[in-house]
Amino acid sequence: MPTAELNLLRHRDIPGLDRLSVYQEHGGFGAFRKALMSMTPDQVLQEVKASALRGRGGAGFPTGLKWSFLPNNVWPHYVVCNADESEPGTFKDREIMEGNPFQLLEGVMLTAYAVQAHAAYIYLRGEFWQIGKELDKRIAELEAAGLLGDNLLGKPYSLRVYTHLGAGAYICGEETALLESLEGKLGQPRLRPPFPASFGLFGKPTVINNVETLANVPLIIERGAAWFHTIGTEKSPGTKIFCLSGCINQPGNYELPLGTPFRKLIYELGGGIPGGRAIKAIMPAGASSSIIKATETALDTPMDYESIGAIGSTLGSASVIVLDESVDMRWLIHKTTHFFRHESCGKCTPCREGTYWMEHLTRRILEDHASQADVALLASVAGEIRNKCLCPLGEFSIMAVTTALDQFKDDFVRREERETSVEG
Amino acid sequence: MNVLMQRYPDEIARILAKYPADQKRSAVMPLLYLAQRELGYLTRQSIQDIAEILELSTTEVSSVVGFYTLLHDEPGGRYRLQVCTDLSCALRGADRFLEQLCQNLAIRVGETTPDGLVMVEEVTCLAGCDKSPVFQLQGDGEITYYENQTVDKAMKLVEELRRHANG
Repeated sequence: MPTAELNLLRHRDIPGLDRLSVYQEHGGFGAFRKALMSMTPDQVLQEVKASALRGRGGAGFPTGLKWSFLPNNVWPHYVVCNADESEPGTFKDREIMEGNPFQLLEGVMLTAYAVQAHAAYIYLRGEFWQIGKELDKRIAELEAAGLLGDNLLGKPYSLRVYTHLGAGAYICGEETALLESLEGKLGQPRLRPPFPASFGLFGKPTVINNVETLANVPLIIERGAAWFHTIGTEKSPGTKIFCLSGCINQPGNYELPLGTPFRKLIYELGGGIPGGRAIKAIMPAGASSSIIKATETALDTPMDYESIGAIGSTLGSASVIVLDESVDMRWLIHKTTHFFRHESCGKCTPCREGTYWMEHLTRRILEDHASQADVALLASVAGEIRNKCLCPLGEFSIMAVTTALDQFKDDFVRREERETSVEG
Repeated sequence: MNVLMQRYPDEIARILAKYPADQKRSAVMPLLYLAQRELGYLTRQSIQDIAEILELSTTEVSSVVGFYTLLHDEPGGRYRLQVCTDLSCALRGADRFLEQLCQNLAIRVGETTPDGLVMVEEVTCLAGCDKSPVFQLQGDGEITYYENQTVDKAMKLVEELRRHANG
């Protein structure tokens, strides 16, 4: 069974995989050669479509389908790699870019070939300055090796790849805000439609995919869509990198087949909870998660898009934050609302004002000055934000709040009220 | 006279070459980083220079500076030591780390050491959640990550920076 194999974090098995020579010794750029020498761009696209690879940045949208939306009567096409990794609890794209950077670059190149783009941009969060510098060197190596530039492998196809650094704004992980930022503007989301596939970078048809998504592409082209389907579940094939953090003995990235249960990740691989404390809850998609109460059923839930959806949350970018019994949900939602207030771009009112008020209310609740009326007001503010925002940031800002209020009511009873009820 | 253009002609040409000729506005952030490299913040002059190079208004350039947290229009410390206290890091003691670091440096969050060397700031997620406490050091046009930190390690780094600055 290939299920135990590392596909994306191969550098953990192969020392020096971040060097071009080592990457090529292990089959690197074989997929790109195969595509250019023996496949049409459409055949590359169809192979990725057949693999049913889903976007790893959070939305889980089928990648090949996304590519197929680009119109063939508007040119040029662009490819943009979203390396803005900023969701609290997410640190997987960084490891791919540091440890296995050529697999990402090959994925970018295959994607560009599939949609006949001649320029691709890798948009990195500004904090990844060092990674950007290293990627620039590797791009230069590929140019020197004749793998990037003009008339690649003697074919009439040319491609250039560039890095572009953001400058500190979570919102730029949202694809249309990223495009605005790459165009030199404020990172504020665009109204959709039109979607980037028809009106993207510089107003041209654009494919925009997450780092982890693109890093899957070389193996799919090299080994075929059928191989990809032997890993993971029917609707969520392939492996996924789970970023494990929070109250856990062994935090880190774990690449596992989609459909692996939470229990295996948390207790078997992650070594369980520090101090032998009891687990309280799981946030499977970082700060944007609906919180899952860590019942036995929840722990046995397979980590794939459908199964996590069925228990009321989302897989998102698979940033699994573990919360143990010592975590007070009042503290937790104050942290998350502080984050979203800070990162709201200010373009739409429900998010700009709503996150501001949620942060204020959660602080009062945390400091124990709040009454039950304030708790109700918090729920009401969250309800007013729901479904009214221009982009997912505002929608995500209420997930932890509403699910914490709903599932952990005891945490929101004031100390004096708690004491009264104990005495009574 | 465009000071920035005079000073870094080759680097500016390389930056502009990354974008289509009719889309040079895309170069605004790379140019702002370039202009910020030496002083650690952006002067009025450098914003004017960039506006001129990209054929933008100074307001357009300034709004970009205001929007993004890694661009600064006011002087801070020579180095900005930015500690993540977001959710995952806080669950692993980042708030306590930040507090103790500030105590050791005898400053509060947002302040700079009296010699102007280090400004300590609190930031949101840096994608280093499994190696908390983590901070990034912004200065000299670079951003470097420091992970699995202790207050002792961080204080040693500050001492090194001080020696480097005085040497």
